[in-house]
Amino acid sequence: MTEIALSTAGLNKKFGSLVVAGDINVALPRGARYALIGPNGAGKTTLINLITGMLRPDSGRILLGEEDITALAPDGRVKRGLVRTFQINTLFPNLSALEAVTLAVCERRGKAGVWWKSLPSYRDAADEAYAILATLGLAADCERPTRQLAYGQQRLLEIALALAAKPRVLLLDEPAAGVPRSESRELFTAVAGISSDITILFIEHDMEVVFRFASRIIVMVSGRILVEGTPAEISGNERVREVYLGAGHG
Amino acid sequence: MTAETTGAPAAFNPQDVLRAQVRWHPLEILFWLATLLPFVLTPTYLVLCSQVAFAALFALSLDLLVGYSGLVSLGHAVFFGFGAYAAGLVAKAGWGEPISGLFISMVVAGFVGYLVSFIMVRISHFALIMVSLGLCLLAFELANQLHWLTGGDDGLQGIEMWPILGTFKFDLYGKVAYSYTLIVLFLSFLVLRRIVNSPFGLSLRGLRENQRRMPAIGAPMRKRLQVVYMISGAFAGLAGALSAQTTQFVALDALSFQRSAEVLVMLVLGGAGRLYGGLIGSIIFIVARDQLAGMNPQYWYFWLGLLLVFVIIFLPNGILGGLAQLVAHLRNRRS
Repeated sequence: MTEIALSTAGLNKKFGSLVVAGDINVALPRGARYALIGPNGAGKTTLINLITGMLRPDSGRILLGEEDITALAPDGRVKRGLVRTFQINTLFPNLSALEAVTLAVCERRGKAGVWWKSLPSYRDAADEAYAILATLGLAADCERPTRQLAYGQQRLLEIALALAAKPRVLLLDEPAAGVPRSESRELFTAVAGISSDITILFIEHDMEVVFRFASRIIVMVSGRILVEGTPAEISGNERVREVYLGAGHG
Repeated sequence: MTAETTGAPAAFNPQDVLRAQVRWHPLEILFWLATLLPFVLTPTYLVLCSQVAFAALFALSLDLLVGYSGLVSLGHAVFFGFGAYAAGLVAKAGWGEPISGLFISMVVAGFVGYLVSFIMVRISHFALIMVSLGLCLLAFELANQLHWLTGGDDGLQGIEMWPILGTFKFDLYGKVAYSYTLIVLFLSFLVLRRIVNSPFGLSLRGLRENQRRMPAIGAPMRKRLQVVYMISGAFAGLAGALSAQTTQFVALDALSFQRSAEVLVMLVLGGAGRLYGGLIGSIIFIVARDQLAGMNPQYWYFWLGLLLVFVIIFLPNGILGGLAQLVAHLRNRRS
């Protein structure tokens, strides 16, 4: 019943003497919606970098399902279904949205190394890319270069690129970063629409959004997990109030 | 145009959008027909024309790295030189058959590209420029030292080519040479055009646009870079082989820094990242050099410098990039 999609065991990382990840143990069941919260500098993005292989842990293990992926390169993890988005837009400015997502689809299908066949001959890749863009409301602008898209659309494209990799586990690093509050609801409605087969962990600062979309919440402080629990447990937790909710975020 | 398609989403076919980008434009056909004009208009300049043709192929091979993949190189002559020496040495050793000579050179230069890629995947930006330059200088000095093999400073002499396909002998006026280089250029262009329009080509552009995102969509960057250096090296080597076979001589300068720099200038002049940029750039560069050097041999770099500064400041995407912008501008005003 509670099949674990992603877990870490005793994950540690230090930058010099600064502990950015101290004994991190998490276990996300399949299909769960986890929010990762904590004050700035708590190590939230670092944790995502560790899990996705963009940083190497000093010790500890990362498991995707049953498989130990600690030694895999980032692209190998993506191939196995562990995909992330970025807090700061990390897109392809001069590719159109359609091209960018088609590229991601081709990468997933293992066709992006093919140099002897023309791109349009992969009709189903283009169709799939277009369908992903359509579900996120980007269909009308799919021919425009990414750099011309509105900021909010670029945030959606971040997610579209990740979805094209057919994730089993999706790590969203502040998907609504820089988006005005009114639009961020819209953005999270799109996130909520993502298939419930996909396990999602997202970083977010807006507590209302967190309480609305997360089934469970992990609170990080100074590189360590302070507490994990349901939204009700977290909002009633004294220590969380002290170190986080009380500190100007409430 | 776009308003029509997006207005009727039911009829929208994403494949058509991608296909429109790879379709042959009438101007392209016109361009290739125009490459035949020298046979009629300037039959005394065919030797120069074949120089343009192999320089154009050299520029195309560099475009794959610089324009499409965003990998700057200031040492591309390494591949050109290896290709030229390979073709020259094979012929000198007694095998003067030109077409197999081309293939041998491609394999040699492609292999050099493969080896070089192992260094290049570890570095980026400024380091790429320096390391590529360093490798070029190394190869130059190596060829200089191996006098017994390469002829060193004196160049590789005594290359004798057999007739192409056993029929067409290289003549003094360059008629066969230009036909030969032009055909090889065109065939190579077809292959390169397919490559840039393939999924692999798209992933190269992805690499250029954002190196950080590529692993996050599952792209094995190392493998991609190895393949692109191999292909680019092979075609640069092919250009070098053409130069060796048509001039029946390989100068040490085939491996020089100057040659690396010149091909980059051709590409930047014409416009990187759009195939025809390299073609147009090499035509302008070599014809200008010929004409200006004819007036005053020592002075021609002055005009080249002036042209380069002018193009970089006013047409940052090269001459073709500037033209494309102009066309887009006029089209917008009309609609």
